[in-house]
Amino acid sequence: MAAEGLTAPRHRSLRLVSTLVLVLIGICFLLPLVWVVLASFDGSATLTAKAPSPFTLDNFVKVLTPENAWIPLGNSLLLSAGCALVTVVVAVLAAYPLSRYSVRSNRAFLYGILFGTGLPITAMMVPVYSLFVSLDLLNSYPGIILFLAATSLPMAIWMAKNFMDSVPISIEEAAWTDGSSMLSTLGRIVVPLMRPGIGVVFIFVFIQAWGNFFVPFILITDQAAMPAAVSIYSFFGAYGAVAYGQLAAFSLLYSVPVLALYLLVQRLSGGSFALAGAVKG
Amino acid sequence: MVAPEAPLAPNGPRTDRRGRRRTGRALSRSTPLLPAVVLLAVFLIGPIVQAFYGALTNSSLTGSAAQESEFVGLQNFADLFADPVFPKSVLLTTAFLVFSAIIGQNVLGLGLALLLRTGSRPVRVGVSTVVVGAWIMPEIVASFAAYAFFAEEGTLNSILGAVGIAGPSWLYSFPMLSVILANVWRGTAFSMLVYSAAINDVPPEITESAEVDGATGWQRLIRITIPMIRRSISTNLMLTTLQTLSVFTLIYVMTGGGPGTNSSTLPVLAYQEAFSFSQLGFGTAIAVILLLVGALFSIIYLRALKPEVD
Repeated sequence: MAAEGLTAPRHRSLRLVSTLVLVLIGICFLLPLVWVVLASFDGSATLTAKAPSPFTLDNFVKVLTPENAWIPLGNSLLLSAGCALVTVVVAVLAAYPLSRYSVRSNRAFLYGILFGTGLPITAMMVPVYSLFVSLDLLNSYPGIILFLAATSLPMAIWMAKNFMDSVPISIEEAAWTDGSSMLSTLGRIVVPLMRPGIGVVFIFVFIQAWGNFFVPFILITDQAAMPAAVSIYSFFGAYGAVAYGQLAAFSLLYSVPVLALYLLVQRLSGGSFALAGAVKG
Repeated sequence: MVAPEAPLAPNGPRTDRRGRRRTGRALSRSTPLLPAVVLLAVFLIGPIVQAFYGALTNSSLTGSAAQESEFVGLQNFADLFADPVFPKSVLLTTAFLVFSAIIGQNVLGLGLALLLRTGSRPVRVGVSTVVVGAWIMPEIVASFAAYAFFAEEGTLNSILGAVGIAGPSWLYSFPMLSVILANVWRGTAFSMLVYSAAINDVPPEITESAEVDGATGWQRLIRITIPMIRRSISTNLMLTTLQTLSVFTLIYVMTGGGPGTNSSTLPVLAYQEAFSFSQLGFGTAIAVILLLVGALFSIIYLRALKPEVD
């Protein structure tokens, strides 16, 4: 009892200190983000975060033209959705034998997959560029979609297998005894049961592809085919020094889908840990 | 992550075809793997093979050599090691890894995970939302935000100016410090999430009984919490190192590798050599080195941690 009386005030001051430290760290993390939001509504935006003066939606109006925003955002959508779709289909197919049959080669394959997640593939865009030149795939959406899909596959297969492992096998056994084939069991029984998991994998891959800058920056040279990540960068190069407000407005528009999808994935999986948790060894 | 034991299918669909050879069955069971294997072979192993081959030729981006590249053996690597820019870039990359990933993201991430347990709910939600926000942003937007923060007329110098300090031109005078801090800002959320989950898995009875025995908060952290989450720590160290090894956009947008090559880590240098100086062979040789370093880290990770595959 006496000890409690002694420690309580100490606890309270410790709590105060830790709250102060937390708030301070929070402010440091917030400051760079705040600039994007404030500058996008600012009629006289600079590189400093400041209250918009005058407050205006002009930046959005100027940016929201077909060639500035809609076409690049449409290109981003095409690339990311294509990549996420290919990745999810291929990963779910691959996850089925890995999850359901205990074959020795599966082990090797899974270790290979984990090894693949560690390779800095995006850091080696130079040989990727050479490969795309020799296959004549520069500016080709199918080629870039397949490449993006291949780079996200190791992680996607790993996630899909873990989600599939938690689907009980007993229902499938019934289907098997009824003579159902492997593919129809997968499509009719397993996939519906792991729908939230598939959603998480799809969104995870989509967010990564949507945000990817380096890959389209290297592999797309055609102005009309550039996704938003690259066109924002060229916008920065061309008008950045004079139109920070428009740059920030475009950046904000381009970030909103990612934030929305992240909130959705939290709903689907019940926690912000979903994306990081999938990567835990 | 402990995956549930992979269930065997003892009465699988094929018990009625007992006569079939085992290998045939294994093959048909592996068919769904085929699309994945093909994709990985062409677009993941393809660039790797291309990298090793390209690093041994004198291919360049433009000019006569572009058409007919010749086999030059290890000449690219010899030239690379002789060029003072390369060892400098290795040093910069190491500093970037050590200070932004190993120390910055991991220590700050663990600290945040611990502090967030004590904070009140609004503080907790607010701070973790902001930290995760920096992480979930598309990389090009995060890079612009970091650029604006550290720019000469940026937010940081305005704040310093408000308290009477004339801030330097961070991106020009301290490019490495700027990109290291920016990468800590960008990547800490991942470590924070991993460590929060790991600490949540520590049974509260253990820390409580230590508290009853009179262990101070610091002792409980060093003697109980950290040893109990050591697996997460080593996993996270490895993953953040690998992620940081491939950071390109943040540095490219903030400093362009400059001034000169003062912030050219290996991925940026590979890009500069290949696309700015038209030395495709050089760029490819750097990619091979990055690949080998990444592979080494991956193998250490797999051997040391033996993640449960089934």
